[in-house]
Amino acid sequence: MVERIRSVEQLQEALAQSCGELISKAAVELGDLVVEVKPHDLSAFLRRCKEAPALAFNLLVDITAVDWMDSREVRFELVYQLLSLSTHSRLTVKVPVSEDSPEVESVVQLWSGANFLEREVWDMFGIRFSGHPDLRRILMYDEFVGHPLRKDYPVQGKQPRIALRSPEVENTARNMRRPDLVTIRSRRSSGGEQQSA
Amino acid sequence: MGEEKLLEVDMGIGGITTTMRPREVGDDLHSETMIVNMGPAHPATHGTVRIVTELLGEKIVDADVEVGYLHRGFEKMCETVDYNQVMPYTDRLNYVSPVINNFGWCHTIEKLLQIEAPKRAQYIRVILSEISRVSDHLTCLGASAMELGAFTVMLYMMEARELLWDLLEEVTGARLTVSFGRVGGVKDDLTPNFAEKMKVVFKGVRDHLVNCDRLLTRNRIFIERMCDIAVLTAEEAINYSLTGPMLRGAGVNYDVRKAFPYSSYEEFEFEVPVGSKGDNYDRFLVRFNEMEQSLRICEQAIDRLPEGPIIVDDPHVALVPKDEVYNSIDGMINHFELVMYGVKPPKGSVYHAVEGGNGELGFFVVSDGSGRPYRAHVRAPSFIHMGSMRKMLLGANVSDLIPTFGMVNMIGGECDR
Repeated sequence: MVERIRSVEQLQEALAQSCGELISKAAVELGDLVVEVKPHDLSAFLRRCKEAPALAFNLLVDITAVDWMDSREVRFELVYQLLSLSTHSRLTVKVPVSEDSPEVESVVQLWSGANFLEREVWDMFGIRFSGHPDLRRILMYDEFVGHPLRKDYPVQGKQPRIALRSPEVENTARNMRRPDLVTIRSRRSSGGEQQSA
Repeated sequence: MGEEKLLEVDMGIGGITTTMRPREVGDDLHSETMIVNMGPAHPATHGTVRIVTELLGEKIVDADVEVGYLHRGFEKMCETVDYNQVMPYTDRLNYVSPVINNFGWCHTIEKLLQIEAPKRAQYIRVILSEISRVSDHLTCLGASAMELGAFTVMLYMMEARELLWDLLEEVTGARLTVSFGRVGGVKDDLTPNFAEKMKVVFKGVRDHLVNCDRLLTRNRIFIERMCDIAVLTAEEAINYSLTGPMLRGAGVNYDVRKAFPYSSYEEFEFEVPVGSKGDNYDRFLVRFNEMEQSLRICEQAIDRLPEGPIIVDDPHVALVPKDEVYNSIDGMINHFELVMYGVKPPKGSVYHAVEGGNGELGFFVVSDGSGRPYRAHVRAPSFIHMGSMRKMLLGANVSDLIPTFGMVNMIGGECDR
């Protein structure tokens, strides 16, 4: 059996040392460490979680959200799951996000895997991620009205019919191309060293 | 490009010459990119996914991966039913290994309830999960091999999967949508002659695997199509949140069964195959070798299968035996309460992950103390792996798309939920 190298208490201590000022609440729930972070501290906190050698949370497992409706003061709560592959410890990061300005900073710069996850949260909850390179809907179609996993979206909600789209014009990779790809041509002529695959 | 040097070129017709700029690498003939759409219903993409590729000749210069064609609102539906009624929905996540999804959900709710399934139930879960894992890998590898022209391999693998599904059918009564998990245990015990049957089936499966190994692993065509294609280094794989065979193929030894043992996995001896390069061939090898390890786990579990109950003895979690329901007032009330209101975990939220066929299959559940989940979320490995598709495809050939997509093993139900 692989032992957890770091116990939850040790982790909590390491966390308090390296980014204690960014944490507004920390608790051990059902054996897992759960911390709460203010939205404007989020990206700084996650960066430190990833880069501080004492923490080394190098894998972003999941991003999701919870809609608390009226039962809490702040309506939304983002939930990040982090994992450290070196010490096999997990961390849950919760971020309250208000309904009036549902926007936090994107972490795509830190983890490319956040791209799809943040798109899903935007699609399902309507929480925006500033700095996301390509914040489109992902599971729903572009014309979908509303955000289905919000509690005020009815389970049997009906959607208006959408107009016929012309796939060739609207939905090509070229039109969907993200800004980071504009350099694709120079990449091609500079020899495919990063694209030897 | 530097200063323009013009060349005199003999056109070869009657001494006519023309001047032109010398060609340089990357400065080829007048060409422009072409948009090629694949899917959502393409014969080579087993699953409803749309990949819009921008091609320059045969090279993919851009790709847009569009998922969501099989979205059924799993998470929204979970909020409307009680905890045990979610079971049939989880079957339809990764429908190639539904048992693992069932048990993943059960484990999550058990963690929330702070209970543990009895030892025997845990062992039965391990046996069925590992059988499912083998069938998951068989489907993935068989379909991928077929798309690369190895049709025989697909037939062998389907036959092996058929044997395993017979075994699952023996216990669960169903082949695909098994709904076998229950919060606190499993639905049924193993059948009396299960161990014997398993021996026969495993022998058959191993024979098929030997054949497939001979047909694929050193097959020149197969290697050429797989090797050095869609390479993701360990750092890139971690950066893209990959787990399961995709991450292990890149050389990172992370398996939820070893790192965070659940369901008594710590009591079994098995190895975690790890690749080195992170290309498609490594992913293939990891999956192929994992199958043997899974069979090993099953054999150990069946040899040491403990006696005892298969579900917790708690009337608030598991249905009481029928003779109590019919013959005692307490039994009747408990039965009624559980059927009408369901399991009621305390308030709180929990994340729990199991090792699914494709990687870390996590469930995040929020309970508000009522009988229904306030919020249920699946961390679907397929979905996250599809996020790395574009990175793997850029610079590859169109023909590389097929094995890459095969090795990602995107399962529509799990990816789109």
